[in-house]
Amino acid sequence: MAVKTYDAGVKEYRDMYWTPDYVPLDTDLLACFKVTGQPEVPREEVAAAVAAESSTGTWSTVWSELLTDLEYYKGRAYRIEDVPGDPESFYAFVAYPIDLFEEGSVVNVLTSLVGNVFGFKALKHLRLEDIRFPIAYIKTCGGPPAGIQVERDRLNKYGRPMLGATIKPKLGLSAKNYGRAVYECLRGGLDMTKDDENVNSQPFMRWRDRFEFVGEAIQKAEQETGERKGHYLNVTAATPEEMYKRAEFAKEVGSPILMHDFLTGGFTANTGLANWCRENGMLLHIHRAMHAVIDRHPKHGIHFRVLAKCLRLSGGDHLHTGTVVGKLEGDRASTLGFVDQLRESFVPEDRSRGVFFDQDWGSLPGVFAVASGGIHVWHMPALVTIFGDDSMLQFGGGTQGHPWGNAAGAAANRVALEASVKARNEGREIEKEARDILTEAAKSSPELAIAMETWKEIKFEFETVDKLDVA
Amino acid sequence: MTDIHTIGDYQTANTLETFGFMPKMSQDEVYAQIAYIIAQGWTPAIEHEHPSRAFDHYWTMWKLPFFGETDMGRVMQEVDACRAAYPDHHIRLLGYDNYTQSQGSAFVVYEGRR
Repeated sequence: MAVKTYDAGVKEYRDMYWTPDYVPLDTDLLACFKVTGQPEVPREEVAAAVAAESSTGTWSTVWSELLTDLEYYKGRAYRIEDVPGDPESFYAFVAYPIDLFEEGSVVNVLTSLVGNVFGFKALKHLRLEDIRFPIAYIKTCGGPPAGIQVERDRLNKYGRPMLGATIKPKLGLSAKNYGRAVYECLRGGLDMTKDDENVNSQPFMRWRDRFEFVGEAIQKAEQETGERKGHYLNVTAATPEEMYKRAEFAKEVGSPILMHDFLTGGFTANTGLANWCRENGMLLHIHRAMHAVIDRHPKHGIHFRVLAKCLRLSGGDHLHTGTVVGKLEGDRASTLGFVDQLRESFVPEDRSRGVFFDQDWGSLPGVFAVASGGIHVWHMPALVTIFGDDSMLQFGGGTQGHPWGNAAGAAANRVALEASVKARNEGREIEKEARDILTEAAKSSPELAIAMETWKEIKFEFETVDKLDVA
Repeated sequence: MTDIHTIGDYQTANTLETFGFMPKMSQDEVYAQIAYIIAQGWTPAIEHEHPSRAFDHYWTMWKLPFFGETDMGRVMQEVDACRAAYPDHHIRLLGYDNYTQSQGSAFVVYEGRR
């Protein structure tokens, strides 16, 4: 064994943490960072600093390092790549040994990988682009409480995307009026409705009253339509104790599904709630408030594909992914890249979709991709093409803004959805033939005809801020 | 401008899930859906149930799923035979997807008298 001596002082990070010859192990957790260093600091030194500061290193050598085997525990920067079309930044690939992380804790992984290092002065910007979780780590995580296949079986929804809507106005309705809006949407043909993320338990509508009226709305709609229905009762709360209390009551009123905001509520709360849902036979819908704060800047923060991967490990049966076509940010290829991470059992590296690593998900159940925000009947064929069957398409304004009200708006969306799916199955190119398919379907649905007239002019055509890196 | 006299009265429909909002399919349209199920590599199957029990997860299977069947006509013959045997039942056509362990397609072809 080599003799070790304590040499106090500051060393260059690259001496220990830049290892270009390293071949990552199957059990390593791999990360790709987009790094924008201060000018004149060599790339290798910056990459090594990122590896060090996100694993075992600190700015000064300390004597107690010699009491352990840092060669076993350290993170290693093992590759540097140019960022296409961006001379200022580069990609740094870092390998972390699996024993740096507590089993089943995305909290612990993130605390290391996106902790202090993001405030490091030698960096102008830093963005975590992707993580490859080793299958050995994935097997320690609970993941989605039910998953796509179980949800379909429980709710008897096959061969098509599901339809939903967020109840509007999002703030200010009384519990009974709110339940009315839910009932109208469900009886009209939506599969589920959703609490707005802002709705928790405010003075105008306390949670218990909302849960009771919504529970009745679900039961009545199920009896009348013969279909299974649900409403995502938002149990996001100020404390875990309160969250679980609300979850228990949601189960009691007969809703099949709950809702949580995983970023504002936090991963600890989310993982706990996912475990509770698994034990109690409840589905879990996940909203993503605050994500754009973290993921929208192209050079700083965390890409949403990483947050999506972490959510699949933490647990959730639905996750919002953007719409590509609606009012909110989202590049098509990039969106499909993280939609794959939610639903597939294996996702190969594909730089054209912003996927930096092969990712083996093993037996972890899949998560429904949720498209919500500024979408209406005219978008339906495109949405079915982009998101496929394992998705939840949510039309809030596009249902409740119908001139005849929620039930007719729901029916219009359901007709548009089924016409799109039917045409796709018949082999038609539904994105190209959207107008024909919808026009034909509207002949037997006055509700759809009116919806098409109402929203014919509405488009959201702005350039995406966060684009994939291409030359 | 919304006028109260032009607003329709939307009546709740009993709709039996996927394609419940489509007009009754023609024979050709049903064939197209069977072709889709077969082209996906799924196994066609038939279930039937009295409308009063339609909400149950399990309907009665008509024979076994048609493993390896690639002839649309034979699937259609079985639909017709099921209908002849249970004229007052709903009849559902489905495609078992053994890869996802789910049903890739499922819709009611004929509705029984209610």
